Amino acid sequence: MGPESLEARQKAAVEEVLKAYPEKAAKNRAKHLGVGGPEDESQKTCGNVRSNKKTVPGVMSQRGCAYAGSKGVVWGPVKDMVHISHGPVGCGQYSRAGRRNYYIGTTGVDTFVTMNFTSDFQEKDIVFGGDKKLDVCLHEIDELFPLNNGITVQSECPIGLIGDDINATSKMYAKKTGQTVVPVNCEGFRGVSQSLGHHIANDTIRDYVFDGNPEMLGEPVAVTDYDVAIIGDYNIGGDAWSSRILLEEMGLRVVAQWSGDATLKEMAQTTKVKLNLLHCYRSMNYISRHMEKEFGIPWVEYNFFGPSQTIKSLRKIAAFFDEGIQAKCEEVIAKYQPMVDAVTNKYRPLLEGKQVMLFVGGLRPRHVIGAYEDLGMEVIGTGYEFAHDDDYKRTKDEIFRSTVIYDDVNEYELEAFVKKLQPDLVASGIKEKYVFQKMGLPYRQMHSWDYSGPYHGYDGFAIFAADMDLAINSPVWAHTTAPWDKEGEA
Amino acid sequence: MQDIDNIVNGKDLFKKPEYQKVLADKKEFEGSMGAVNPAKVEEISEWTKSWDYREKNLAREAIVVNPAKACQPLGAVMVALGFENTMPYVHGSHGCVAYFRSYFTRHFKEPTPCVSDSMTEDAAVFGGLVNMKDGLKNCAAVYKPEMIAVSTTCMAEVIGDDLYAFSIAAKEEDGGEFLAEDFPITYAHTPSFTGSHITGYDNMMNGIMSQLTEGVEVVKNEKINIIPGFETYIGSIRSVKAIAEKMGADFTMLGDHSDQWDMPAGEYSMFQGGTPIAEAKACKSAKATISLQKYATVKTMKMVTKRWKHAGGTSNPIGLKGTDEFIMKLAELTGNEIPQSLKTERGRLVDAMQDSYPYMHAKKFAIWGDPDFLIGMVSFLLEMGSIPTHVLCHNAPRGWEDEMRALLDTSSRAEECHVWAGKDLWHMRSLLFTEPVDFMIGNSYGKELMRDTDIPLIYIGFPIFDRHHLHRYSISGYDGAINLLTWITNKVLDQLDEDTKGIASTDYFFDLIR
Repeated sequence: MGPESLEARQKAAVEEVLKAYPEKAAKNRAKHLGVGGPEDESQKTCGNVRSNKKTVPGVMSQRGCAYAGSKGVVWGPVKDMVHISHGPVGCGQYSRAGRRNYYIGTTGVDTFVTMNFTSDFQEKDIVFGGDKKLDVCLHEIDELFPLNNGITVQSECPIGLIGDDINATSKMYAKKTGQTVVPVNCEGFRGVSQSLGHHIANDTIRDYVFDGNPEMLGEPVAVTDYDVAIIGDYNIGGDAWSSRILLEEMGLRVVAQWSGDATLKEMAQTTKVKLNLLHCYRSMNYISRHMEKEFGIPWVEYNFFGPSQTIKSLRKIAAFFDEGIQAKCEEVIAKYQPMVDAVTNKYRPLLEGKQVMLFVGGLRPRHVIGAYEDLGMEVIGTGYEFAHDDDYKRTKDEIFRSTVIYDDVNEYELEAFVKKLQPDLVASGIKEKYVFQKMGLPYRQMHSWDYSGPYHGYDGFAIFAADMDLAINSPVWAHTTAPWDKEGEA
Repeated sequence: MQDIDNIVNGKDLFKKPEYQKVLADKKEFEGSMGAVNPAKVEEISEWTKSWDYREKNLAREAIVVNPAKACQPLGAVMVALGFENTMPYVHGSHGCVAYFRSYFTRHFKEPTPCVSDSMTEDAAVFGGLVNMKDGLKNCAAVYKPEMIAVSTTCMAEVIGDDLYAFSIAAKEEDGGEFLAEDFPITYAHTPSFTGSHITGYDNMMNGIMSQLTEGVEVVKNEKINIIPGFETYIGSIRSVKAIAEKMGADFTMLGDHSDQWDMPAGEYSMFQGGTPIAEAKACKSAKATISLQKYATVKTMKMVTKRWKHAGGTSNPIGLKGTDEFIMKLAELTGNEIPQSLKTERGRLVDAMQDSYPYMHAKKFAIWGDPDFLIGMVSFLLEMGSIPTHVLCHNAPRGWEDEMRALLDTSSRAEECHVWAGKDLWHMRSLLFTEPVDFMIGNSYGKELMRDTDIPLIYIGFPIFDRHHLHRYSISGYDGAINLLTWITNKVLDQLDEDTKGIASTDYFFDLIR
């Protein structure tokens, strides 16, 4: 590292990156890039970046769409319902089973998460409309998959453009059969990213689950004073399970998971819990606020990545309950502390001082920072695909040092930042993965945990630490230069 | 709790008793049938394996369950990446592009560059002209491609944007700052609600070939164009090139994405390899064009044979006969003798087939995939004496079913072979339960069929997400056929071992030598 401070290098990198753009694009992108710090003075955001705006065309954004936010994120993991990708065949195919939303069930019989149901629109459906086809789809699903507990209709782009009325079709079918059918107008062109899809999906849960009085299998669950729901955990690689175990150990009763390994019944009974625990604020703050307003249920944000944040969060959650729970919470913390110490002692010396650049979605660009820092690693850049101001505001509280903040970063910018700032690890998604690996940089996918995980909770932290060591200290990165190409000569 | 000396991820973590209790206790809240009445799940599960269910399943008219096809722009993106320094550009919303890039990247384990012009609600109302003007300019400025190949998402198609007019308007507004007058912006309309990814391949290839050659003087030469089609085996493209070289052909591989999706480590550059634009511009002057995938190039080959009057036609170089025919076609077009090296290669393949045939003979296979892939693969299975019991093509174009039937009718056990055009993989599940096979050949979507039916899956096809490096191999040419033979035979042998490894019960047949 040169004599320049990290902050100076970061600021120079931002300036440098903007030079390649035509004027209009440069002006736009300048507002989305910045350098933030824990003492950041920007009031509403971090690094003074602007967010949740339209993407600059033609720059290779990593963003997804509203359908991805609804079908891919919020609704897709609800396991006992069938989710129809309504429209042409592609969307459902590309998003099939990609998010690792783990669940227990007999797939194709009573659970359906990893399957792809689509109305496979043809030209005639575009020309003459697809409402009749949708009605046939609903009938066929109920005939061939009789144990489904409900169906959602996830609209793809054409639906909203050709004037189909999926709401009427769904309502009519639901009335006829008593079945729960949820029409979701999450066409991909709506909004600027996945984010609007989350919101739309949240609203449909409100309308069709809370207000819809769905038919439920089994006994109603008796209410207790310790009922909580996990909100905004998609059980990627089993994250919600390694979170749930801690909450149960401290005496709470988790009656619902939203929406990883979730069922319709779990979601419906959430209106009776005492406290909602919100992990992914971005994708499920809407329904949490609604439950607060409508049912008087308070909600609390928590972070189960890394022991420092996990301990803080456990105590924050316990504070909502009586001394008994608080005492048990301390027992849980004490029980796991030796394991945390052992993990830290083992891996910190291997990872200390390594610098990391992140680019993810949802909550992770800020929530995982603590886990890295617990291992002595330094996060020097982070950004979100689809955040809003309130996410960046929260980010300020979780960064430890001067950090480049890049909103909706594209392929060109991320590559340029990495080249300029030379981190030891890049942690982002599948589309970016091999770009950086080609450069010989250790990389971890932070959407899918690179097919490992869980990373939540204490058990997850141990896996996280082992995985970061695996990535950074693997011998494979040393092979890039051939022995006949001495460094500097090639 | 984790054991610090043996930290395990989810695979083993959730087997620990404390997690088994968590998962069991959770059922109290669930209300899914598995939690409420497991016997009912068992009952319905059995019913889904029955003939009664199969009939209801095959009678489906509207809902598609577990498709084995994708949409048009995916194929268009592949075409673009086969040309040198060419950026695939998708006019529409960016969510689609995120999907295409992820899909290819998960298969190839390689970066997949592609931009979109991020159309949103206002573009849906007013059209995407502004997006296209800004998008083309930004793309050219930032990534400096030599060509931009524009395809469309279904959103742009429904609102009816005019790509040709938009690209002209974009150049005019740019005034040559980033988009020079002669900068090639090729385009194709690729509506997702028509055909499949191979249709998109066809449309984009047709677009690039016809548009790049516009105004280029035709000076007839001895060249042969070879179009690979929606080829997901990098090695296959290399095998074909090696054959053409051995045949002494002066050829252009039109749309050669083999280097793009096989970049060496060391440094990253966004584009690698591909057909040089200058060479592509001259493709009309060639005397012949051979397409290796008939059904993925219907429109393109119509233009080439009818309007351009090129010789050549289609040739599918998968399997022994397919490769023989491809080589004979090259011999005919070049007038060259078939060299000894190819005769030796052929001999080696036949030798290998004669070594392994007892293990593939009369084995029943279920297979699915793209139409041309299936023609080639089924042809090879028949050459080995196997029985292609279920041949399923979800994106079967017109004419394919008859061609496949005719091919199967050459088998001595033709009546046991069934063609399933336009069916999906949930149909396949019923077929496998009611008329079982010994092995399946297909892509990663076969994984759930393997779990449900216990029939072993041989990974050949696209996409393959959960096995590594298979796409690097060839399945075309004589060397490709040896790969097919190796994979299939060894899977049969693996299964034989699996079936006979019972200690003191069946392991008399657990032979050391097979």
